[in-house]
Amino acid sequence: MTQPTQKNRLQGGLIDRSEKFKFIFDGKDYFGHPGDTLASALLANNVRLMGRSFKYHRPRGPLTSGSEEPNAMVELRGGNRQEPNTRATTAELYDGLFANSQNRFPSLAFDAMAINDRFSNFLTAGFYYKTFMWPASFWEKIYEPIIRKAAGLGSLSMKADPDVYDKGFLHCDLLIIGAGPSGLIAALTAGRAGARVILADEDFRFGGRLNAETFAVNDGPAQDWIAETLDELRSLPNVRLMKRTTVIGAFDHGIYGAVERVSDHLKTPAPDKPRQVLWRIYTKQSILCAGATERSIAFENNDRPGIMLAGAMRAYANRWAATPAQRIAIFTNNDDGHRTAADMHAQGVEIAAVVDTRPNQPVNLDYEVISGAQVINSKGRLGLTFAELKLADGSSRTLECGALGVSGGWNPNVHLTCHQRGRPTWNEDLAAFVPGGTLPPGMSVAGAANGTLSTHGAFETGQKAANAALRALDLKTSRRKLPEAEDAPLNITPFWYVDGASRAWLDQQNDVTVKDVKLSHQEGFRSVEHLKRYTTLGMATDQGKTSNMGGLAIMAELAGKSIPEVGTTIFRPPYTPTAIGVLAGRMRGKEFHPTRLTPSHKWASEQGAVFVEVGNWMRAQWFPQPGETHWRQSVDREVLATRNSVGVCDVTTLGKVDVQGADAATFLNKIYCNGFAKLAVGKTRYGLMLREDGIAMDDGTAARMAEDHFVVTTTTANAVKVYQHMEFVRQCLFPDLDVQLISTTEAWAQYAVAGPNSRKLLQKIVDPEFDISNDGFPFMACGNITVCGGLRARLFRISFSGELAYEIALPTRYGDALIRKIMDAGAEFDVTAYGTEALGVMRIEKGHAAGNELNGTTTALNLGMGRMVSKAKDSIGSVLSEREGLNEADALMQVGIQPLDPTQKITAGGHLMNADGPVDAAHDQGYVTSAAYSPILERSIGLGFLKDGGNRKGEKMRLVSPVTNLTVEVEIVSAHFVDPEGERLRA
Amino acid sequence: MIIHHPTLGPRDSAEFVYLGDASLINRPDPTAETKAQDFHDYAYLRDNPAGPIRELWFHEGGDRSWLVVTRDTTTHEITAVEFARDVARKQGRSV
Amino acid sequence: MRYSGLKVIKEALTGHKGWTPAWRDPEPKPSYDFVIIGGGGHGLATAYYLSKIYGERSVAVIEKGWIGGGNVGRNTTIIRSNYLLDGNEPFYEFSLKLWEGLEQDFNYNAMISQRGIMNLIHSDAQRDAFIRRGNAMILNGADAELLDEDQIRAEYPFLNFNDARFPIKGGLAQRRGGTVRHDAVAWGYARGADSNGVDIIQNCEVTGFRIENGTCLGVETSKGFIGAGKVAACVAGSSGRLMAKAGMRLPIESHVLQAFVSEGLKPVLPGVITFGAGHFYVSQSDKGGLVFGGDLDGYNSYAQRGNLPVVEDVCEGGMAIMPMIGRARLLRMWGGIMDMSMDGSPIIDRTHIDGLYFNGGWCYGGFKATPASGYTYAHLLAKDEPHPTATAYRFDRFEKGRMIDEKGMGNQPNLH
Repeated sequence: MTQPTQKNRLQGGLIDRSEKFKFIFDGKDYFGHPGDTLASALLANNVRLMGRSFKYHRPRGPLTSGSEEPNAMVELRGGNRQEPNTRATTAELYDGLFANSQNRFPSLAFDAMAINDRFSNFLTAGFYYKTFMWPASFWEKIYEPIIRKAAGLGSLSMKADPDVYDKGFLHCDLLIIGAGPSGLIAALTAGRAGARVILADEDFRFGGRLNAETFAVNDGPAQDWIAETLDELRSLPNVRLMKRTTVIGAFDHGIYGAVERVSDHLKTPAPDKPRQVLWRIYTKQSILCAGATERSIAFENNDRPGIMLAGAMRAYANRWAATPAQRIAIFTNNDDGHRTAADMHAQGVEIAAVVDTRPNQPVNLDYEVISGAQVINSKGRLGLTFAELKLADGSSRTLECGALGVSGGWNPNVHLTCHQRGRPTWNEDLAAFVPGGTLPPGMSVAGAANGTLSTHGAFETGQKAANAALRALDLKTSRRKLPEAEDAPLNITPFWYVDGASRAWLDQQNDVTVKDVKLSHQEGFRSVEHLKRYTTLGMATDQGKTSNMGGLAIMAELAGKSIPEVGTTIFRPPYTPTAIGVLAGRMRGKEFHPTRLTPSHKWASEQGAVFVEVGNWMRAQWFPQPGETHWRQSVDREVLATRNSVGVCDVTTLGKVDVQGADAATFLNKIYCNGFAKLAVGKTRYGLMLREDGIAMDDGTAARMAEDHFVVTTTTANAVKVYQHMEFVRQCLFPDLDVQLISTTEAWAQYAVAGPNSRKLLQKIVDPEFDISNDGFPFMACGNITVCGGLRARLFRISFSGELAYEIALPTRYGDALIRKIMDAGAEFDVTAYGTEALGVMRIEKGHAAGNELNGTTTALNLGMGRMVSKAKDSIGSVLSEREGLNEADALMQVGIQPLDPTQKITAGGHLMNADGPVDAAHDQGYVTSAAYSPILERSIGLGFLKDGGNRKGEKMRLVSPVTNLTVEVEIVSAHFVDPEGERLRA
Repeated sequence: MIIHHPTLGPRDSAEFVYLGDASLINRPDPTAETKAQDFHDYAYLRDNPAGPIRELWFHEGGDRSWLVVTRDTTTHEITAVEFARDVARKQGRSV
Repeated sequence: MRYSGLKVIKEALTGHKGWTPAWRDPEPKPSYDFVIIGGGGHGLATAYYLSKIYGERSVAVIEKGWIGGGNVGRNTTIIRSNYLLDGNEPFYEFSLKLWEGLEQDFNYNAMISQRGIMNLIHSDAQRDAFIRRGNAMILNGADAELLDEDQIRAEYPFLNFNDARFPIKGGLAQRRGGTVRHDAVAWGYARGADSNGVDIIQNCEVTGFRIENGTCLGVETSKGFIGAGKVAACVAGSSGRLMAKAGMRLPIESHVLQAFVSEGLKPVLPGVITFGAGHFYVSQSDKGGLVFGGDLDGYNSYAQRGNLPVVEDVCEGGMAIMPMIGRARLLRMWGGIMDMSMDGSPIIDRTHIDGLYFNGGWCYGGFKATPASGYTYAHLLAKDEPHPTATAYRFDRFEKGRMIDEKGMGNQPNLH
């Protein structure tokens, strides 16, 4: 493959010619230098065509030299690092860079979809709202797939992003956004005064617009001044310089989001380095020094490769020593366009002419200036070849040129001033919106971002803003002599579009033309928001930075209003599009949420336990033994072993709250619907907690360890919520109760030891001075004990399984030792560890409600505990639990369900229907909440809620689950399948 | 957002859990004749102002205090932060 | 004017001179039989059905800004009827059926695309709950399909099956669910209502109600008093502000919900996916942008903007299930005001003031409800009795303890 030379490379520039970078674009090899962007390197290699537009697939080259670029978007890198829609104008060149053009088929130079351009007359704004409606089914089948395939820009690799993203937090007194002349001087002023300053700039080189200009500062090159300034800033420990860092949003209370591109200029991130970092910056003051964005002028076919903003053309020449063509022309309505001509000329580029819409512009000796003229059309299939002019006298003329720099004026980058819904105001002199209204608190604006376009003005307003910030920070201000710099006015005469222009582009990426805005007006879509939504103007990846003003100006003219009367759309974060990966940071894959491990986790892993996610916890689900090939085998074995001898289960995840104080019992009487005042010390009681709306919130136990000390347990799922609620009741409703709460969920390792041999097992562990016989420690007893020769512990005789059972708690650090001790001590009883599945089976067999029953819509009545709601006292939820809708005669009641044919299965989520009659929602009788196979009963069983369930025991019904294609004949039974009299747990 | 905790100073709102209008402190008298209506209004009706609102935040990632924050719902500006317990006492709540 | 492919071709060949405004821009008349406050999706749909189905001709929609500028203009465009409870499912299924014929009905292509919605399942308890829901949907005449992990893997091979913190164990699909071009819904209804004689009055803000002897006689507006036989409030996030002018407190709080769109991408997602173990749901627009959202910011707000923690939370959810979107870029975020009700379900009802009606409390489910909300509200306005599919959406359900609480969160709006 031939290696094109850098035919359009100029002299000078801020690139390092001592090093050559090889890169590949669309399969072709090129060379560039450090300091280049992909766009500048391609231009230097005489490549103007870099992309295709969204709708008409028109050939496009770069319009800008910055992050607002709408046209030159590529798929950067390959494989799983492929990055669609990357602006060639900001992609830093590195050795080995690999990029492809996008949204074209089969190639950039020949794109079959460009046929759309031929039919543009049919594809006007909003045409799709008026057609493709018949027949109805054709939309999904025919039209939409074609549209979707044609739409979109670049493509994702569809592979997981291999790079790492980080998040960080920074605090400062003053955040300065943008390191052009105003930002640099502001940083210097505030830094010298001792303020903690962060200076952030999206570019990879500090200096802002100075890098693109040939201006002198203090009679020397601006680069010298920038270098000196940066040296001093670097010497200040209170100043942090952050390049490649885009401040994406101004959020509440001085919090800014910023993305630092740590590794995007490298082929791959260095080992252990992130690709990007999302910084959350907390600052007291901020100064927006974000500069301004140039805008175009709309004329027929103003979108050809080679036609770009004049300021961008100048930046390519001055900073990157690249020109889009050897012979260029300028089209301007202000003085800034002439600067481009002068600089390009100085670089040796031939100037075909400067076309100025304003009359009587001064004659230039070096090149022709055509006053009072307009560029009205262009030619060149894949790149500009000719510009057609209309002269002041109405005559035509053709200019041969390979590039055209267009300057329609400059728009201050007000975006961040709008992020808290401030509205910019109109500045007549600039014919542009400038920051106005209410800025985010603590923010001020300086330099071009505030409409001060000259370098001198940038210095002056930058220093002023810094001093204002210092005053607000109570720091000493200083007024030093400003560097000397140009102070030229813009001298603009607004000129938005060429009269009669139709296919003249406003939004280049979305292919919105003057004609579309006119049609939008004609059809009544006249408010700015309607215009935007109907035509898609401003909805491209630049979010209107290069397009909105032109559209507004035309709408204003059509509506006979001024531009500010028509209004402006609000800018929203992010300032530039931001990788979703960096917003997620490291919270992905296994790290998506924190993982909480139980005290027995290590031991359970050694046993080969299968774990399951329970909220953030990982709990052992079952413990497969050799030879077991199906989970049911393990679970059945664990259940039977527990019911026949003894089993042990880690129940640490249950929430635990210590309640202490003289009013502890009074407090529990408030939060539980049932009474606690009379609970004896050394006893535990089941408690049902209602929300204030009378619905069951959670259940658990409260153990009275002392007159003024209770230990409350909650379900695993509700531990956090219940604690919050208890603190609310304590602090907000009954602030003078003498009671203190602390969550001790993590402080205690807790195991359920259940089964007929549980006492015998525990007697081997509990120190002998503690009597845990049935008489000494009866059902529902609790107490402080010691184990293993003096370790303090708590013992509760409570049972979830329905067996003789205990829960034993030790400080968490002994959790691992305790499970091993229990397993050791229990060896003679064949003690069996059981997981959450067996736990679930046993609680269903016993008819205990759990999460599936406490689903946030069920009442005490539904749960069969209606009588627990004490009328003798006030408790949270008692009043509203009395509402009629919660107490209907046929209210849902918890029941047991079993199939008539024991070989059939109960499905949780199935609905209950009468044995006869229709099967539909109107005849719904209830639903199944939980189901399991009971190895004791050797059949499938379930719990559920059934209308008037208390009176329907023995009734035959149908369990239907159409979504799983099941209908099962079932019988309604007691929810207490095993040991309904409770003899086992009292044994 | 940043909430200036009365004793812990400026804290990121991410440390807090939001409940809602501070009128939730004013739990009605459960013995009143009108208790059904009172509790309905208390639990379900809101002023929902566009402007300053007094609201309850729980410092879950901190000292576990409930706070009453005065915040403008149109600008998010916070003008006062108090302990909910103090507010409750001022409003006559006790045991 | 009737829109058609033929009309588009004809206009293309004749310089597009024949297109006329999609709706008129009238000044308000002194009075109307019906004044609908709020030119959002629901208000415009109400006017459309009031004029089309119930034959009412004296109808005005008044809008303080531009029509379609509220939540119908800012949402994640999803339509579905995958509800659990009896009070909800028939209503949302009615809505989905209206969506299915809407474009032909109002002669506007709103790009209703039934590409399906998939709720991912990550735990056994979640599967149980989704089976119950799927059954409720089918028993109410809607469609639902339960998929196991292998089926999900075959359909969505790009989801995270390798190192997910909460592994995907299946999904509940509603194939008839999908997405709609949201702005077009407002415009289609507006155009349809306008052509039936409804006056759509933009930039007209209600400043108060004229209420005498317990009867609402009309509204005071920035364009003067407008008399009305019946006044129908339909202002979603502004419900609290508006109804306060009638002295009403509502079972509603206004919260901010953020939503997001990425840069345009070539087709990635066939339908809508919701993550069951985090706050993330996503679809891809016809233009190619990933449209996604998550949870409320969580605090009361009328500011129409949110904060960074929720942006991060949502993107974390996205990366957790779709780690291939890491290099796609978020283009734009916005915040809407959600009228979060006390049980997560809406209200379509008379108020205690004669002649004043209320429609609100849509939480963040209002968009999919647009057709049925308009239809049933129109029914209530025209007949003074609730439509059969909206009998449960009453103000007094909280007094009576008949909440319609899909999520089981109780009287805390930010949890719904």
